[in-house]
Amino acid sequence: MTETFQSWGMSYDWAWFTATIAGILLIALPLMLAVAMIIYADRKIWAAMALRRGPNVVGPFGLLQSFADGLKVFLQETIIPSAANKGLFLIAPIITFTVALMAWAVIPFNSGAVLANINVGLLYVLAISSLGVYGIVIAGWASNSKYPFFSAMRAAAQMISYEVSIGFVLICVVLYANSFNLNAIVEAQRGHGLGIVNGFWFNLLLFPMWVVFLISSMAETARAPFDLTEAESELVAGYQTEYSSMSFALYWLGEYANVLLMCALNATLFFGGWLPPLNIDLIPWFDIPGWIWLFAKILFFFFIFSWVKATVPRYRYDQLMRLGWKVFLPLSLSFVVLVSGWLMFTRYGA
Amino acid sequence: MVDLSQYLPILIFLGIAVALSALFVFLPMGVSRLTGTHNPDAEKLSEYECGFPAFEDPRSQFDVRFYLVAILFIIFDLEAAFLFPWAVSLDMTGWAGWATMMVFLGELAIGLAYAWKKGALEWE
Repeated sequence: MTETFQSWGMSYDWAWFTATIAGILLIALPLMLAVAMIIYADRKIWAAMALRRGPNVVGPFGLLQSFADGLKVFLQETIIPSAANKGLFLIAPIITFTVALMAWAVIPFNSGAVLANINVGLLYVLAISSLGVYGIVIAGWASNSKYPFFSAMRAAAQMISYEVSIGFVLICVVLYANSFNLNAIVEAQRGHGLGIVNGFWFNLLLFPMWVVFLISSMAETARAPFDLTEAESELVAGYQTEYSSMSFALYWLGEYANVLLMCALNATLFFGGWLPPLNIDLIPWFDIPGWIWLFAKILFFFFIFSWVKATVPRYRYDQLMRLGWKVFLPLSLSFVVLVSGWLMFTRYGA
Repeated sequence: MVDLSQYLPILIFLGIAVALSALFVFLPMGVSRLTGTHNPDAEKLSEYECGFPAFEDPRSQFDVRFYLVAILFIIFDLEAAFLFPWAVSLDMTGWAGWATMMVFLGELAIGLAYAWKKGALEWE
């Protein structure tokens, strides 16, 4: 984009700066719009699975429901409980939402179409997603109320438990792609099955890791069936019980932005990101822009997330911890050994 | 060579994201004062514990198992941090590098087995 601005007569530095700002807004603003629409889609899918109609009154097909909700919370009164720690209470939603936006800086939308093409993109995503837990813990602690505090402790333990196995799954992917750069990881999946299929997912060694990653990403974002942090029958609304108005909404926006990010990671790491599903030009696959493939894959994974939310009953906390530490951790650890050993024998072995 | 200039957009993104989130938090507070919905009283500002007054300080104590999980997380996250450079250089280190990492993983697996046997991973 820098070249376009340069051709309008800007100096290189200014053109670069304008292009960067434009790129950031091109990611952040459509992301917020996407979050609003995805909340609507979630309710619609959930309703359809329960054989009823979702929101269908505000606007055509209820399409404006999320915007009406947004306007409603925007005009609500912001209540800061008298016992709360005011500074931290207000900073917590800012942290959550900032972090939810930041991770998108390294997701490649097309070949080279990435805001920051850093070498350690995957590490950056891992680091940013572990920062997200701070917003929740600070919110729970600053509320000075019992249920938000319980919820924050649960959320912290749950997120860090599943981050361990996510880390090992990512190592399996990195072993295959031999790079941390997300663009390079997508490129490594080109023609990765008999030279025809793009993506790691059909690979016998990486397929179980994709399943682990999909389930872990539901636990990491505290989506159903792992939504113990907001189990409404026990903890009212979880860490956001004391929140109101837009600070309450920021948690929902951040949560759904994180869900979309996890869907994008599923697509990028295992399903070939912006690559078309097949590496042959029978139908003109490659004429369709890469970002359309990526968005289609993201929507596919979001549908899976919604589907699971509508069908699977909530886990108990001890079951959740057992799944994370006693099933996923040993499984992903042994797959690091398996994948690296297999690569040594076939690719790198002397 | 590390291309640090690629990190500058992230820094700018951080600034914009913080500004945007702060706007979302503080703008409705101003608007609700203007529209007159801002009307706090002592009951409204008390903490919500299902209608009862709070029994005790909520920050007083919590289960020690949360500490255990946190410590185990630190150990295994460190283990992952050692695995990252190994994973991208597997093509250069050969069988010796692979075998060394297997020894390291084996030792940590013994640690995990010990924690498991001691019941550190139990939540009833």
